[in-house]
Formats: sequence, structure tokens, C-alpha cells
Amino acid sequence: MSTLTHPPVTEEPTTLGYVETRGLCKHFGDVRAVDGVDLCVMEGEFVVLLGPSGCGKTTLMRMIAGLEKPTAGEIYIAGERVDDDVPPRARGIAMVFQSYALYPHKTAFQNIAFPLEAAQVERSTLRRKVEWAAALFGLERLLDRHPRQLSGGERQRVALARAVVRDPRVFLLDEPLSNLDAKLRAVARFELKQLQRQLGTTTIYVTHDQVEAMGLGDRIAVMDKGKIRQIGTPRDVYDNPADTFVATFLGSPPMNLVEHDERTLVGFRPEHFLPREAFGGEADLVTYRLRVREVEYLGSDRLAYGYLEEERRSDQPVIAAVPITVTLPIAEGEVYEFAVRRRDLRFFDARTGLRKPAPS
Amino acid sequence: MSSGPQAQVTLAPPAPVFARRTLADRESVLGPLMLAPALVYVILLVGVPFVLAILLSFSSATAGSLDFNWVGLRNFTRLLSDPQFHRALGNTLRFMLVSQVLVMVLAVTAAHVLDAAFVGKRLVRSLLLLPWAAPVALASMAWVWIFDSTFSVVNWTLKVLGLLPGWLYWFGEPGLATVAIITVHVWRMFPFATVIVLAGMSAIPQDIREAAVVDGAGFFRRLFHVNLPMLLPVVTVAVLFGVVFTATDFSVVWLLTRGGPYNSTHVLATLAFQRGILGANLGEGAAVALFLLPVLLVAAVVMLRLARRAEVGT
Repeated sequence: MSTLTHPPVTEEPTTLGYVETRGLCKHFGDVRAVDGVDLCVMEGEFVVLLGPSGCGKTTLMRMIAGLEKPTAGEIYIAGERVDDDVPPRARGIAMVFQSYALYPHKTAFQNIAFPLEAAQVERSTLRRKVEWAAALFGLERLLDRHPRQLSGGERQRVALARAVVRDPRVFLLDEPLSNLDAKLRAVARFELKQLQRQLGTTTIYVTHDQVEAMGLGDRIAVMDKGKIRQIGTPRDVYDNPADTFVATFLGSPPMNLVEHDERTLVGFRPEHFLPREAFGGEADLVTYRLRVREVEYLGSDRLAYGYLEEERRSDQPVIAAVPITVTLPIAEGEVYEFAVRRRDLRFFDARTGLRKPAPS
Repeated sequence: MSSGPQAQVTLAPPAPVFARRTLADRESVLGPLMLAPALVYVILLVGVPFVLAILLSFSSATAGSLDFNWVGLRNFTRLLSDPQFHRALGNTLRFMLVSQVLVMVLAVTAAHVLDAAFVGKRLVRSLLLLPWAAPVALASMAWVWIFDSTFSVVNWTLKVLGLLPGWLYWFGEPGLATVAIITVHVWRMFPFATVIVLAGMSAIPQDIREAAVVDGAGFFRRLFHVNLPMLLPVVTVAVLFGVVFTATDFSVVWLLTRGGPYNSTHVLATLAFQRGILGANLGEGAAVALFLLPVLLVAAVVMLRLARRAEVGT
């Protein structure tokens, strides 16, 4: 690992990012929850930590928050090293929990005011700031209510108001939308993004939901087994996955991966895999014969599940997502010519899973 | 139904065998049946004496005869002008209040200490429960020795440390005797209260505690603004138990001081015993014993309501 061969720290390390981790590890017994993470978040940036449950994303966030002590590695916030003995309250962070963690015995006002009280903000300033934060989330008329008298969406907004009220340097959001119903979630996502733009606060957001990640993040860090597999813009991680994990974790349905030759896998997105005729007279195509096993009608798409009708690939399932605008008939049990543009093919090393250039 | 369900099953072997309703399925019968032993026990050993005590308190019955003369409220009115009764009532309330306040402070402190992770936590936890598990008679005897006028380990320790110029006669002086009694009460109640508070603490969601940490609250702010308010329902239950336990306790006072010196440390329970059993005046003894019942009932109802409101409030 490159993290093991750090240069000896002789001078003050120069920090590039606003929030930065270097070789950060957290081991619980034998379990390496976070295993050497180098993350660099720029000031004002919205970075999403995305990964399946147990990938270490929440542990990573909790270490940044100071709720968990790293086994090894360093954490910097605004150029200051914090991992050793800077307690959570001194890190200038605000965190929103998945459960919202509102204080049930306090009204919305008292909940939002709590961090200010803890910071011993003067009474009149406190009132002004709470009202400002409440207005930001449209909570003005709910301030006297207790959490139990609020709906899920309202609670979530109180939790956010409590986070913004004291102008933190960094927002840490741990799946803050996952307890909302699907409809509300889309609205809340939009509002969250707007808010972050407006406040310009550096934000780290943990989720396992790729739609949230793609929609919110300036950059996405895809994590698996305690490591960051790839970090990049949503477009970048989706279009140019660094390895087969990222390729199959992002996208629904995921990227098709089939054998190309002994040492290479070829990947292509279901939405790029269409009947040959749909491409018209386009030239640079790679054509496969697809035996369709099942067709799912999803409204905007048809998903065709099947196998490639070729010697070395006959046992490898693939999915095609055919937009409803393509009206060609696709019947179960039939074999069709499907194609992908050559530039939409991605190649991976069969052994390591890492991305590699197209074989000549 | 009443012809024995099992018999039907065995009489019709070839038919598809659906299990018939057995006693275990008949909750309307099973419930009362299972409750009956406990109910009988409570009625015989608690209910009957309780009713008897109420009746006795309105009579001039004595231990020496079977006469039962209804005297109305005379026992109670006489008590109201009895200085010794006043003293006992005052003691009961004083012991109860002081020991409960001390118990709660100690219990919340101990619960927070035990809640923190440290080596040997399990051992400390189980040691802590010892006073509660120890039989009260045994424990009181140990305390009698601890406060003994000649051998008191407290006195000797203080003496050796040079902190005690004179000598403390623990059971010889009303003030010291009170301190001794309250000490034993606290010692007895506080482990139980600690366990209850610990249970309450573990019921506070981890997220909320961490939110308070991230929100920048220091230890005391977290304690008074987050933990304690959320512990309120549970603490109320602990206090309620403690109040009832100390207000009705007989053994500690009796075993330590027998109400002495000069009847200065009597509580209602010991005074009732002295008047009713040793003094053979059953009617008056019953009246003393029952005096606090309405107060305790009201206290219990109020506290349970508070607890309920706090609970609904979460």
C-alpha cells in the first residue's frame, strides 16, 4: 500500500483539502472497517461517500466527526490536524443523523437552539439565529412543537436546521433522507442541494443510494471493504468506472460484464446495449447475438434479460435497457442482434478487476 | 366443549386429525387458573391483614383480650397531639427525603461511571448489587458493628487518621443515630436505583447522545439537558420505589437503634410495632401504621402520572 510508504513527516504537512484524511484506518478487532483511506474534500465541495452497507462509509464519517478514534492515520479540518485530541465540539462540524436524533423532550426551537446554548451564544443572538435557521427550512410555525408532533419530513428539517444554525465549517450527513418516503425524498434532495449551494458549506454525505449520490454530489467516493475504490464526478464514476466493483455498484440495472478474452472483461451499460436496428446506419458498432429469456416492461424502458449466443460467452447473463421510443418487437425465447457503440465499451482486467485500456 | 377435548380426538382415529382445543388454548380459563395461586397468596397474606389493620385502627382492641370496641377516629385524634408520634412522622419523612435525594445523586453518578467503558466494569457492576442482595438483617448487623460504641471502624479509622478529636457515640446521640440510619438506607437503596438508572440510560438512543456531543455540549450540559430529562420516567419509578421502601421500612431502624436513643429515631413502622405489639395497644398501633397510607397512595399516583406523561412526551 502506498500509505505504508509515507514520506517521513519532517515539516508541517501541507494540506490541500478543507477536509482531508491520510492513511486513515479503523479496525474493530480483526475487522478492517476503514482500511487506509486518503480523502481530500475541497472547501465548499459536496462529496458523497457511497457504498454498500458495511463498506466503512459511516465509520469514516464518524472518525471525521470525532465520534470514533482512528486506529491509524491523520485527519485535517481546515488545515488543522484533529484526529488526536480535538473533541467533536471543537472540530467545527455539524452532523445530521439518519434517525435525526432530535431531543424528544425539547421543542423544535429548543432543539435548534441547543448547539448555540452549548456555545454560550447570547440570548438575543440565539433567538435571531434560530429564527433564521427555521426560516431557511420553513419551520417558523412549528417551533413550539415537540418532535413527536412533527411529521418525518418536518423532523428531518429540524435536524438540518439544528446543523446549520451555528455556521459549521463542515456538514456531515449520515443518510439523512433514508427515513423519508420516496416522494418526499426527491423534494428533500433538491432542497438539500439548493441549500448547500446557497450556504457554500463543505459537505460530506453518506449514503448507499446511488440516485442520491449521483444527484447530490459534486464528487462521489465509492467505497467497498473499507477502501475508496474511486473518487470522481458522478459522470466520471458512472461513465469510467475504475474497476468492476464500481461498474456494477453504480447503475440500475448494473453494467454488463462479459468475458472478452482470457485476461479481459468487457463491460457495457444496459442502456447502451440496444437492438442493432436502433442504431440506424451508424458505423463503429460491436454486435452480439442476444437470446432473450425474459422481458420486463417498466414504463419508460423495457428490460431484456438474456444470454449472449456466442461460444465463450453463452453462460453470461446480460441485460439490455431498451427505451420505450425503440418500438422494435422483442419476444422472449427469440435471438436478436444487439449492438454497442465501440466507445461505450469498457475493459477490465479479469484477475484484478481494474480498468485497463482496450486491447488492440 | 365440556366433554373433554382429548377424548374426542382419541375416539375418532381415522378422521383427519386436527388437534382439538386443549386447556392451553383456552385463555379465558387458563388465565384465571394461573393467576389463582398468586391471588390467593396476596389475599390471605396481604389483603386480610390490611383490612384487619384498618378495622383495628378504628377500635380500642388490645393484645390481651378479644374485645372489639368501635371508637371511631379516636386513635387518630389522640395521635395528632402525641409528641412522640410527631417525632416519628417527622423522622419518617426526613429519612425518606434525605436518603432519596442522596440515593438519586449517587445512583445517577454511579450509572454514568458504569456506563463509561473501563476495564473491570462487569466486576464493579456485580459488586455494586451486593448491598441490595444482602439480607437486611445480616447487613444491619454488620452496620451495628460498624457503628458500635466501642469498636466502630469508622471511629477508629478517623482516629488513626487524626481527624477525630473526641469519640462518636453513633447510637447514643439522636443526630448521629439519624446519620447512621440514613447511611444504611442509602447504602441499601442506591444499588437498585443505579441499576434502574443504568437501564434507563441504555434506553436513550446512542444517536441522541452522540448528537449532543457533536452539538458541542459538555458533560454537565449533556447530563442536565439531555440525559436527565430523558431519564425522568425511569428515575421517577426508582424514586417511587425508594419512597415506598424507606417510608415503610421497619428493619433498618429496629435493628440499628430500636427507635432510640430516648425514642428519638422512631419511624412510623417501629412506633406502630412498639405501641401495637410490645405495648399491646393494637388499635393505636394500627392507626400509627396506617397514618401514611393515604400520603403514600397520593404520592404513588402523582409519580406514576408524571412518569406516564414524561413517557408519552418522548
